[in-house]
This record gives sequence, structure tokens and C-alpha cells, in this order.
Amino acid sequence: MTPTVLPCGDQALSFQLGERIDATTNARVIALAKAVEDAAIAGILELVPTYRALMVRYDPEIIRGAAVEAAMHALHAALDDAPAPGRLWRVPVLYGGEVGQDLDDLARLKGMAPAEVIALHASAEYRVYMIGFAPGFAYLGGLPAVLHTPRLATPRQLVAAGAIGIGGEQASVNSVPGPSGWRYIGWTPLRLFDLRRDQPFLFTAGDRVRFAPVDAGTAADLARRVQAGESVVEPEVAP
Amino acid sequence: MTLRVLAAGPLLSVQDPGRPGLRRFGVSAAGPMDPPAMQLANALSHNPDTAAVLEFAGLGGRFHVTRPALVAVTGGDCDLRIDDRPIAAGESHRLMPGETLFIGALRDAVWGYLGIAGGIVSPPVLGARSTHLRSGLGGLGGRRLIEGDVLPLGPAADALPPLRAATPRVSSGAGPVRIVLGPQHQRFASEVLARLLNESFTVSSQRDRMAMVLDGPRLPAIEGHDIVSDGTVPGAIQVPGSGQPIVLMAEAQTTGGYPKIATVIGADLARLAQMPTGSALRFAAVTRDQAEEIWIAHRRFLRGLRDDLQTVPDGAPDTAYLLSCDLVGLFAADEILAPVLPPNSPPGPT
Repeated sequence: MTPTVLPCGDQALSFQLGERIDATTNARVIALAKAVEDAAIAGILELVPTYRALMVRYDPEIIRGAAVEAAMHALHAALDDAPAPGRLWRVPVLYGGEVGQDLDDLARLKGMAPAEVIALHASAEYRVYMIGFAPGFAYLGGLPAVLHTPRLATPRQLVAAGAIGIGGEQASVNSVPGPSGWRYIGWTPLRLFDLRRDQPFLFTAGDRVRFAPVDAGTAADLARRVQAGESVVEPEVAP
Repeated sequence: MTLRVLAAGPLLSVQDPGRPGLRRFGVSAAGPMDPPAMQLANALSHNPDTAAVLEFAGLGGRFHVTRPALVAVTGGDCDLRIDDRPIAAGESHRLMPGETLFIGALRDAVWGYLGIAGGIVSPPVLGARSTHLRSGLGGLGGRRLIEGDVLPLGPAADALPPLRAATPRVSSGAGPVRIVLGPQHQRFASEVLARLLNESFTVSSQRDRMAMVLDGPRLPAIEGHDIVSDGTVPGAIQVPGSGQPIVLMAEAQTTGGYPKIATVIGADLARLAQMPTGSALRFAAVTRDQAEEIWIAHRRFLRGLRDDLQTVPDGAPDTAYLLSCDLVGLFAADEILAPVLPPNSPPGPT
């Protein structure tokens, strides 16, 4: 479809590639962000890829909105049709337990055994559609339809960093502790946001994620290593 | 070389120009609610524009320094004293060790700035010293300052002359708050857009560094108030299901799922931030092109701020100004600021 340009005041615009949440549109958004970045256009300050739009922040003293629009249309028209797949992260998860306190309820709600919920959740490949809401917070698509579940009526005040959540048709890995109305079925010792690292943010939009169940002993060991500043996972890059 | 907080107003934080470039990782830029006032505080303190200052809401507090330092308060007129000596906002004053700087209530403004020669040099986090309260980043432990806090100061030359600005308040002026329609104005019927442009709104007490909730006519959207989340910027006027407009401010979240009917232009956002609770305001639409022209002129004006400062002889208070001051601070901080809670910010990701 033809992109729509939505002005966001005098220093930003949203270049919208679709109406819905789907992987193809999101992949184009991310590919476009890469193309704009590579083009290194003077006055373009920042790019924020989201589900189906790319926000561009610009400095009107250097480049005007109309010129940003023109450059974006040209770069969009030149986009490759088959964007490269993102990096694949294998995320160790301790299902259930204190943080994953909603696992049993969710299983009951679905008429499944907790082990079936775990197997299903860990069978899918997820896509990081965008990072937003909080530093490093990853919105994941790809949750099996059976697991789609409305948010809790009353949000919890404090959910741990690393909590593995389900909100509607989306999945998440929490990056920082905070309030949330999502349902939580597990916990990963990985830290999506850690200021001690050279790269504080683990995921970027377009990455792929698979969850791997681990036992409590393994999770505790990984948590100790993460706490010590060790890198315990590396992403796989598609050939 | 430190600044000690003897008493803190309700929302005192370290701010610098902000933490840009990380929105794609969910990190808000933060930075000052009134960037021109912060710039003036730095200029009066002989600091570069990038230096960190203290921002306060309504009421500043009491402060000590461990070395002589030029200090300046901007944002608006306010009760200001060094020990018992009243001093003026909008100019720099020498604060000596052992003296107490008292910053009382702002008059007709909401956000004040304390600039200090040498700047506050708390450790930068992700490239900036700005405090982002919601995610606990920057400043001192990512939090508002409290009594007993000690902040490191950068080096400054000994004999810097005090400076004076024409006014401590940069972001002032009457007239409507100008907006550019969009990004989602097409989700609102023409009579709702007319309401936005023709009726009066009031600044409610639900306001903080993240957002300002406005009272006034409701602005229902055509197809509901949930959109597929997209990027947000400070100035965006988002409309949740209540129909009550919320203007995102310096500490705004990076993405959001409410339709945004319009965006306050960059040159007018600080003026909106400085409107006291209960102020009435109107919006006026300009085109994006006009808004960009206004921004370019605004930037040019701000670059000239430093050149317009006058040197003042040390220890010579402006008597005419002092006589005009009401030095009795009548101010209840919690009446001015109430934290923005739902419906503005649904607790947790959406």
C-alpha cells in the first residue's frame, strides 16, 4: 500500500506503512529504518520503528518536513522486497514459580495442563515488533492463538524484570520492574536492560525470540552469572 | 565542591537538555519542562547550554554550597533569598559557603530552574544527566531530590561577573497555544475538531513531568480510542476513552496506543508547561510548514538570549525590584501538582 505521512508537530512525522499488526508490514518498517539510517540524511535526528509506522524526528533548521517526506518516499520505493530475518535469541525461562504466578490459572482457563501451556508457549517463534513503554520493553508477536488471553481486570503494582507475560494477543519479556495488567507465566534470568553492559538493550525491533524451558537450578545459576556481568546468551544470525 | 539540599520542594530533580536518540529502545528523552528557562539559568551561571541544573515545581528549597558559586534562578519570579537578603530571579548572585540559598514559591509559573556555575556533574546515564523519574534513570539514583542529598559541582572560574536578564521568565506571552493537527486527527469528526479549536480548556491539577490533563469539552474519536501503538513525542495531545485530552510532556513515554488529535508546536510547549493549574487556554491550528518557520525563529531567538545579558556589579540588589516583592511565601505544593494517574497512564504496557 502507499505509505501515509502523518505530521507529529514541527519536528517529527510518522511514516505509516499499514493499518494492522502483521509481520510483513513490521519487517518493511524496520527495513526502512535501516535504509534511512544508511542514507545518513543531515537533519534526521532519530528513528522510532513501531508496529506499522516509522517515526522520524528531524531538525527543521537543517531539513524541512517536506524534504523528509520526499526522502522517505524515495527510500521506501527502493526497498528490497525480502528483508533479511532478524537475529534469533533463545531465551531461557523458568516457567511457573513466584514470578510466573498466573501459569496455573491460565492453564485452568484454557482447560490444559500447565505442561501443555509451557510446551505451546515454547513451541512458537516470536517477533520483536517494537521496543517501547519502558527502557528495553519488548512487544512480541507470534503468540499461539490458543494462548491469547485478556489482561487482568486489576493490574499488579509490581512485576519483576524478566517476567514472561501474555497480554491479549501479544507476549512480552519485561525489562524493568513495574506495574502491569498482563498475565505472567514465567521468568527469565536474562536482563533486557542492563546499564552495566556496553549495549544496555538486549533486543532490538525485528529480532526473533524462542523460549526454552529451564529448571530452577539452571535458572538460578544463569541468574548468578548474569548478576556477575557475564553474557550468557548470544543471538544467532540468519545466514 | 558540592551543593547540599537542606530542604527540597515537592518535585526537585537534576535536568540537562535530555537523553535523545534512545526512543527506539523505549527511553524517553526527559530534560526540562521549560527548555528556554533552563538555557537562561545556564547562561546566567556562565555555563554551556548542556550543563545540568536543578528543576523544581512550584517551590525550590534551601541549599548550601561548599565553595563560592554564582547561582541563578529562572522560570518565573519567586521568593528568593540568600540568608535574610532578598535577591532577584533572572540574575546571578554569588553564594558563599555557610550562606543559605532559599528558593520559595514561583509566582504565575510552575517550573523553576537553579543554575550553578560549573553545573551539576552527577554521573551521566545513557549519555545524559537528566532524571527520568518513571524509569528511575539519571540524576541522583533516578529519583526526585530530598533533604540531605549532596550533588557534585563542576569546576568554575573564580571571578565570574554576575549577569542579569530582562526577565526570569522566557516562555511567556498570551495568545492561543498553537498546534499542528495530527497524527490521528482523521479519527475525529469535524465537529469535534471544531470543539478543539473553538472552545476553551483548563489546565487541571493532574499534571507532572510526563503529561498534563486538560479539563474542558470532551473529544470522542470516531472508531474508539485504541490504535495500533505508534511513536509519540512531547506535545502530542492524546485522547483516551474518557475523551479528555492529555498533552504529553518532557518525560512522555516513547510509544502509545491512544489517538493523538494534534501536537503542540515546539515553540509553545514550554509556555503551556508554565501555565498555572486552573489557567484557561485555547488552541489555534497552524500548518506544519508554519510551525517549522516558528520553530526556526524561536531557535534564533534562543541563541540570542546569552548576548542580551547585562553584567551587574557584585552585591548591588535592584531595589525597585525588591520593593515590588511579596516576600511571604503562601504556597501549598500539593495544590499545584498532583501526580498524573490513570486514565492518563494505564498502569503497565498496553
